[in-house]
Amino acid sequence: MTVAVNPVQTGEPVFYLADEHPHPEGYSTSLGFWIYLMSDCLIFAMLFAAFGVLGANYAAGPAPKDLFDLDLVAVNTSMLLLSSITYGFAMLTMQQNKIAQTQMWLLITGLFGAAFIGIELTEFAHMIHEGATPQRSAFLSAFFTLVGTHGLHVSCGLIWLVTLMVQVWRYGLIEANRRRLMCLSMFWHFLDVVWIGVFTFVYLLGVLR
Amino acid sequence: MSPDLLKLIFGRLGIDSLPLHEPILVGTFIMVALGGITLFAGVTYFRLWGYLWREWFTTVDHKRIGIMYMILGIVMLLRGFADALMMRAQQALAFNGSEGFLPAHHYDQVFTAHGVIMIFFVAMPLVTGLMNYVVPLQIGARDVSFPFLNNFSFWMTVGGAVLVMASLFIGEFARTGWLAYPPLSNIGYSPDVGVDYYIWALQVAGVGTTLSGINLICTIVKLRCPGMTMMKMPVFTWTSLCTNILIVASFPVLTVVLALLSLDRYVGTNFFTNDFGGSPMMYVNLIWIWGHPEVYILVLPAFGIFSEVTSTFSGKRLFGYTSMVYATVVITILSYLVWLHHFFTMGSGASVNSFFGITTMIISIPTGAKMFNWLFTMYRGRIRYELPMLWTIAFMLTFVIGGMTGVLLAVPPADFVLHNSLFLIAHFHNVIIGGVVFGAFAGINYWFPKAFGFKLDPFWGKLSFWFWVTGFYMAFMPLYVLGLMGVTRRLRVFDDPSLQIWFVIAAIGAGLVFLGILSMLMQFAVSFLKREQLKDVTGDPWDARTLEWATSSPPPDYNFAFTPVVHDNDAWWDMKKRGYQRPLVGFKSIHMPRSTGTGIILAGFATAMGFGLIWYIWWLAALSFIALLAVGIGHTFNYHRDFDIPADDVIRTEDARTKLLAGAK
Amino acid sequence: MNTDTHAVHAGDHHHGDGHAHSTFSGYMLGFVLSVVLTAIPFWLVMSGALPSKQITALVIMAFAVVQIVVHMIYFLHMSPKSENGWSMMALIFTIVMVVIALSGSLWVMNHLNSNMMPIHEMTGMK
Repeated sequence: MTVAVNPVQTGEPVFYLADEHPHPEGYSTSLGFWIYLMSDCLIFAMLFAAFGVLGANYAAGPAPKDLFDLDLVAVNTSMLLLSSITYGFAMLTMQQNKIAQTQMWLLITGLFGAAFIGIELTEFAHMIHEGATPQRSAFLSAFFTLVGTHGLHVSCGLIWLVTLMVQVWRYGLIEANRRRLMCLSMFWHFLDVVWIGVFTFVYLLGVLR
Repeated sequence: MSPDLLKLIFGRLGIDSLPLHEPILVGTFIMVALGGITLFAGVTYFRLWGYLWREWFTTVDHKRIGIMYMILGIVMLLRGFADALMMRAQQALAFNGSEGFLPAHHYDQVFTAHGVIMIFFVAMPLVTGLMNYVVPLQIGARDVSFPFLNNFSFWMTVGGAVLVMASLFIGEFARTGWLAYPPLSNIGYSPDVGVDYYIWALQVAGVGTTLSGINLICTIVKLRCPGMTMMKMPVFTWTSLCTNILIVASFPVLTVVLALLSLDRYVGTNFFTNDFGGSPMMYVNLIWIWGHPEVYILVLPAFGIFSEVTSTFSGKRLFGYTSMVYATVVITILSYLVWLHHFFTMGSGASVNSFFGITTMIISIPTGAKMFNWLFTMYRGRIRYELPMLWTIAFMLTFVIGGMTGVLLAVPPADFVLHNSLFLIAHFHNVIIGGVVFGAFAGINYWFPKAFGFKLDPFWGKLSFWFWVTGFYMAFMPLYVLGLMGVTRRLRVFDDPSLQIWFVIAAIGAGLVFLGILSMLMQFAVSFLKREQLKDVTGDPWDARTLEWATSSPPPDYNFAFTPVVHDNDAWWDMKKRGYQRPLVGFKSIHMPRSTGTGIILAGFATAMGFGLIWYIWWLAALSFIALLAVGIGHTFNYHRDFDIPADDVIRTEDARTKLLAGAK
Repeated sequence: MNTDTHAVHAGDHHHGDGHAHSTFSGYMLGFVLSVVLTAIPFWLVMSGALPSKQITALVIMAFAVVQIVVHMIYFLHMSPKSENGWSMMALIFTIVMVVIALSGSLWVMNHLNSNMMPIHEMTGMK
């Protein structure tokens, strides 16, 4: 606000704004969404804590070494990394007001995301097929819940992505849609950050154990 | 119909789920049903449904949402207190071979429901309601940052409350104690719906709480009026900020731990089981990471209320504003470092227990600093003993006792003796009633004239005050004694007849508190009837100091015709002192958010989904979930969420107030 | 959208989205860094290049921390300036909470296990 707050400048103390502008729409959105992400971060932190405490309790069942296929995890990680950079491109083209290109990059991002989910589901199906079900041991309960929650978030991100593509298609890159794309961008990159924790602490350290 | 089909349609729900064989519940149901029918008929007769829907249920106005939170809190207080009376009566009677009047499985539900309701659906709504109402006014804002979300949060809280209330008549509630420790709460030992009611009520309400926390943080950070720097914020706003930070940083933990418990119950995972590597103590650990900050979530706003009340009714600037703020921030962070003191007896060993014992004791330092600040504010002040001030003084005396027994419990060896005893029960009621409840009542009496334009009746208020305070001491001081003698919590029958007298005294105390609650309801009714006599047209009946008193009572939809500019901590006091003239011309149209029914619809689907999950009615859960998703996404296609209050309307409202003020002089 | 009512907002120095504008080079730099920071830990574990498991574990954890910082800066555009420092404040507060809750839980539960369960039974249970 540029209004003189200091009474020294005007002589008379100013106690109200005679001429004010309302806050622009979405004035608090990006901070609010960031705070939501922080609360989500705590959700993951607690799942990591559960995994950290229970992750070595195999109950005479399979251990990470027997289950994890690091090649597959590496492929999956690259899917997510690629989707991150393509989302970045979507944001760049959005800044340049290029609707078609924005939509294209969003679509590519969505495809990478879907591939990630697909690979993860394959991995899960394979593990369950081998008898490594979430019910088998506390380790597997914690593993499926942590990785599954991340996957669930990515799936929500995909639904959101499709919704936004429809909205951009219908209404164009108006201010509200830009703001929403920005929020989804934060969400998407945040999931990437969580995945760094997952592949390091769950997969790599698991295999190492 | 075949049993399979019935199961598909109704899940676990059957005619035998209704507690028809329990006379107490049937009686309660009849009473509630009669009350409900009367209310429904009344609303219908006076054709109020449209009004309620338009002006209240769908409103995004933070003031109305705040009032609805308060109503929810007070209604649920009646339910939670009925449970308390039953417990006190049961324990006073069940001696000398008597079984009392409550069968075990009913008694266990009663103490569980009492705890859950009092914390989640009484204390939380009261605190959230006051914050919702007051904070935007105190910072000179027109509404919260996300008005729609505010409405949605409120209805999610109501959804949780509805599920808890439904458990009274459909099925049963948990019999596990208010934190539902496994393995008791796991499917093997609690196969029925009680724990599921518990889980889904808290999950549904928890979403609302978290979102309202985010909302209020943003409001305080982004929407303060010009000139209001962080260190010029009123103390209540400061404590609200810290409380909401705690909410956002702790409710996700509750969400996770309940989700893991429900996975154990629904899917058969092994987080908190005894076999396959699960660890029940992990649940205890996780839930207290939420649970300890939760008590500060409740008490910090109360501290804020006491700060406002003390300085207003002492006619003085708050003593040690800066230290008050820092004490609040320190408490916020320390509240995260003490959770293990709730389970010293778990057996983590001396090093762990010492660490958490010491951090717990450290918390008493900033709290003590606050206490001294209030005392120094009162020192040489011209104290007016109005109702809010009375509650504040009662708080100061009571809370100090509760705080000291708390420090006693923080000593691990002492805790080993007192863990899970009635001493603990006395302690936390001492701080929660003495702190949070008295704080909420101080706040209600203080801000009621702001919300409705007339003061609350002092006679019935004082009656309520004295019943509450004496009742509280009579009800809980005996529990300290009993706890020191080794009586543990949640017992239904007793063998030792020498204990009975203490329980009888406690029951009489509970009776006095009941009179206090009735007096309070009378106070509301009498004040409403005498509203012309108790009327306040100035908008500032207490000669108060902060910005919410600068506008009319009740405030207009837009709160302030012009956004205020602040120069001092006590902004309104400063304005009054320096000859502030209320603007009479130059009004413009004001941009405001539009009401929407989406919040209540979404919360309705969430509640239905919870009900479906509780009773294994999978089609209902799935359909509600899809509907939730569809309505939620559909709502994002609505880009027109605001409107402008025309300048003419503003002029009309403000002119009316000008006339009123002129008449008052 | 009611752009007409609040399109004009002169004098408001807060930018609407509160985030620094991203650039192509920024994204690319972040991407390359994160690819490298991902690839090395995978390679370390899969090849067993380092002599001890402890060292490998410490190294890959260090890589994770660095990569998280890279993502924060280049993808999430965190800077001390965004939202007048409130984003950073929220992040730091959250990190403190996460560290307390995570390390606290591990510490507490670890002590519980070592105090309450004799070692030979523990190994038998696995």
